[in-house]
Amino acid sequence: MATTSMNNDVLLELQNVVKSYGVGAKQFVAVEDINLKLKPGEFTCLLGPSGCGKSTLLRIITGLNQATSGTVLYRGQPIKGVNPHATIVFQTFALYPWLTVEDNVEVALKARGVKPAVRRERALKLIDTVGLDGFESAYPRELSGGMRQKVGFARAMAVEPELLCLDEPFSALDVLSAEALRGELMELWQSKAIPTKAILMVTHNIEEAVMMADRIIVMSKDPGHIVTELNVTLRHPRHRKDTAFQAEVDKVYAAVAGKKLQTIEGERQKKLPQARLNALAGLLEKLANDSGQADLQGLSTELILELDDLLPLVEAGELLGFVVLENGTLVLKPLGQTYAEASILARKELLAGRVLRLPLISWIYDTLQRDDNHRTAWSYFLDELRGDFGDLAEAQLDIAINWARHAELFAYDDDAGELYLEE
Amino acid sequence: MRLLRFGPALPQTPALTLGDGFIILGIATFLYLGARLAFHAPAVVHGPEISLSLLALPWYALLSVGRMAAAYFLSLLFSLAYGYAAARNRSARTVLMPLLDVLQSVPILSFLPVVLLGLAAILPQSFAAELAAIVLIFTSQAWNMTFSFYQSMTTIPLELREAAAIFRLDPWARFKTLELPFGAIGLLWNSMMSWSGGWFFLMAAEIFHVGSRDFRLPGLGSYLQAAANAGDLHAVLAGLTALVIVIVTLDQFVWRPLTRWTDKFKVEMLEAEQSPHSWFADLLSRAWLIDQVGRKVWNPFSEWADGKLRRPLSGYISPPEIITAEKKYSWLLIGIGFALAAVAFYGAYRAAELLIGLPATQWAQLGVGLFATFVRVAVSLLIALLWTVPLGVAIGTNRRLANVLQPVVQVIAAIPATALFPILLLALLNIPGGLNIAAVALMLMGTQWYLLFNVIAGASAIPQDLLLTTDLLQLSRIDRWRTLILPALFPYIVTGAITASGGAWNASVIAEQVEFGGQTRTTTGIGAVIAKATGAGNFSLLLGGTLALVLAVVLVNRLFWQRLYRVAEERYRLE
Repeated sequence: MATTSMNNDVLLELQNVVKSYGVGAKQFVAVEDINLKLKPGEFTCLLGPSGCGKSTLLRIITGLNQATSGTVLYRGQPIKGVNPHATIVFQTFALYPWLTVEDNVEVALKARGVKPAVRRERALKLIDTVGLDGFESAYPRELSGGMRQKVGFARAMAVEPELLCLDEPFSALDVLSAEALRGELMELWQSKAIPTKAILMVTHNIEEAVMMADRIIVMSKDPGHIVTELNVTLRHPRHRKDTAFQAEVDKVYAAVAGKKLQTIEGERQKKLPQARLNALAGLLEKLANDSGQADLQGLSTELILELDDLLPLVEAGELLGFVVLENGTLVLKPLGQTYAEASILARKELLAGRVLRLPLISWIYDTLQRDDNHRTAWSYFLDELRGDFGDLAEAQLDIAINWARHAELFAYDDDAGELYLEE
Repeated sequence: MRLLRFGPALPQTPALTLGDGFIILGIATFLYLGARLAFHAPAVVHGPEISLSLLALPWYALLSVGRMAAAYFLSLLFSLAYGYAAARNRSARTVLMPLLDVLQSVPILSFLPVVLLGLAAILPQSFAAELAAIVLIFTSQAWNMTFSFYQSMTTIPLELREAAAIFRLDPWARFKTLELPFGAIGLLWNSMMSWSGGWFFLMAAEIFHVGSRDFRLPGLGSYLQAAANAGDLHAVLAGLTALVIVIVTLDQFVWRPLTRWTDKFKVEMLEAEQSPHSWFADLLSRAWLIDQVGRKVWNPFSEWADGKLRRPLSGYISPPEIITAEKKYSWLLIGIGFALAAVAFYGAYRAAELLIGLPATQWAQLGVGLFATFVRVAVSLLIALLWTVPLGVAIGTNRRLANVLQPVVQVIAAIPATALFPILLLALLNIPGGLNIAAVALMLMGTQWYLLFNVIAGASAIPQDLLLTTDLLQLSRIDRWRTLILPALFPYIVTGAITASGGAWNASVIAEQVEFGGQTRTTTGIGAVIAKATGAGNFSLLLGGTLALVLAVVLVNRLFWQRLYRVAEERYRLE
């Protein structure tokens, strides 16, 4: 075991934490080599695209999930089972629909053996604190999303946790409710109205992270790992329109994108990004209209695309040589310009040439060419790809088919379950 | 009323597995033990005197409902325990789920003779018959409820389970706060299914009578049979009325209020436009007494019980079940598995010994019987399809027609076919081939409703825009059925037909040989073979017949219905 931190300034510490599922060839590593410390008084954000293991990490910290290897220390002691000092506010609220607001808040207290009168009093006070006074006997389904999440907060705070974990708590809410609730949480936290020692929030929303956190831990995927840490020293309350705020956001964007967008054409094992080509065509047209370049953050807002959806498109564009990313700005290359302006037929030809340079697609294409009928079972490809991609093989094959279909190279015959060359 | 897909949910298992083989061996062992005991069954069993007096009816109704209730509570306890164990314990699941799968498809009624004779050998006669009836009803009710609860347990959203863990709910609190409420709606719906299915078996058990062995039980079923036997139409009418009253009363005073109450356990976060309503539940919810009892008695009691069952606060709370690829077997389970396998093999060996003694002529009887029953099952299914599909589509696509016909259909469907069987006999026995027709009619009556309800559900699930499109395209009636309606109905028809064919096989056990008006009538079929063997005390033939029936049904299920079901799921799902 690594040196045990006796430092009381550290609330929680992860040492060389690894989480993997399955064994052998089917093994999937969710997070790898995670080292991290949470200190009292700190609001920390775990930021990264979906699939980077940030939620897994949150569950390891709370003891809902066990690390495959490595150590999780809480106040210097390894945690066993579910961490009694932590609670979670869930993305989907996770309220019990058959319990009233009050009962939902009381559940946690009841489980700790608090007497009925006491727990009722405490629950009502918290319901009042989060601004749900008068809704004690309502059922969650009678409330709006924002109000439900308030119940989630009240329930989490009822047990007075030292470590409050937030698992994308605002992402299922509408913009206004989310903004209001963020403000209320920050007020409670900064005025020390709640006995919480530290907050850990998982999010994929960069602005949200910059808005709330003292420290942002940027994660990336395949497998999930920590890329970098950024301290946010802006004073509260923070304002989105401030230049300093925007500069901070750009810095984080660069940190997130920089790590994600390194793509080189390689072997068949090289993954295709999960992007649909018609969406890419849309992006290219948009760029062509916008004088050939746009910054990622602006695009994300303008196209109402989450970063998670935008990044695969950018990656696909880079892979095909249509765009290039320079310091958070997406630049259309001449080839991309041609594509955006070409007729449908010309686009297909252009695309065919580009797509065939990708090892995965050219391998499928060659295989089909070699077949006498130019047809091969879908399952054959899947089995072959399992070796390269494991559980992701089917998704990869899907993407390859989608791309090839756009380029009119080959297509999938659902009835026969076969891939065939387009003549 | 909400419609749902009736019938068993089929797990996606391969056609026949090694596990199935073991389970069949286990069933053979069980039957062998029963048959073994049956050697000592009394040769003459005197049935009860059934009074046709109207005054006796309430008492008979009470007896029948009592049997149902006893079996139902057994089933409920069993479902909760079994479903919980199978969902929470991976090793248990690997054994319990395939077992449940086979038990679901076995024709339960075929066990009745063996169980009756076996119990009669070791218990006082009336008690044996009561117990056999309850066991029989239990075996007809438990599986779908168990399956439902198991499915609920395994489909609880991960975040709800995580919330239970992070807020330190111990197993009892978790069961009470999360698992039972989450399963409540499914459990209730399946309870209603089970309960209405149970009537079929109750009536069958109450009128079971072969040769000199009269295993009848005083109850509504035997009352109806005695009435039909005596040709007393007034009594028949009174019995039927009593049965309908019992069924309607239970529906109004038990099931509907429960449906209303469980509505709050639905997980959808949307306010439903139409919640189930029940006047009795409304009445209760306004009652001062109920409110006081809840406040003064129930709440303190449940607080006290929770306190007793609570684990110490500092206790270890395990993470919500982690889904891993590896399976873990404990030595204990392996040991139990081997012991069970050994017993199964031994039992199967002894069963085989008993069967080897069976002369070739009787084997031929079995084969012919199976075939004859198979033809009857097929004919009854075909007839059911012919009328339920057009009517079901009419009801399912026409709201006005549905409002008129649905309640009527539900009341008729609620009357168990076995209760009507004696009346059918009264009407049909004297025409040539009467028993044959009556047997097919019983199968038909017992099974057509599954099909009808499924077709209605399927038809009402066809998206309105697809129906409109076919109108716009001006498709001919034939094309409309071929391109839209039949493909859309296919999964529903298959689901209904699976349950229906199971029910039809069951019916053969009581339909192919009957005691009526003091004489025995027989037609060719596996059910007749079993009945004859039971009456004559030919235990190897009884064992052989029952096993053959079980095997045939399981095989037909696995090799035909499940494949069809899979095709239906993959090809014709409207989603």
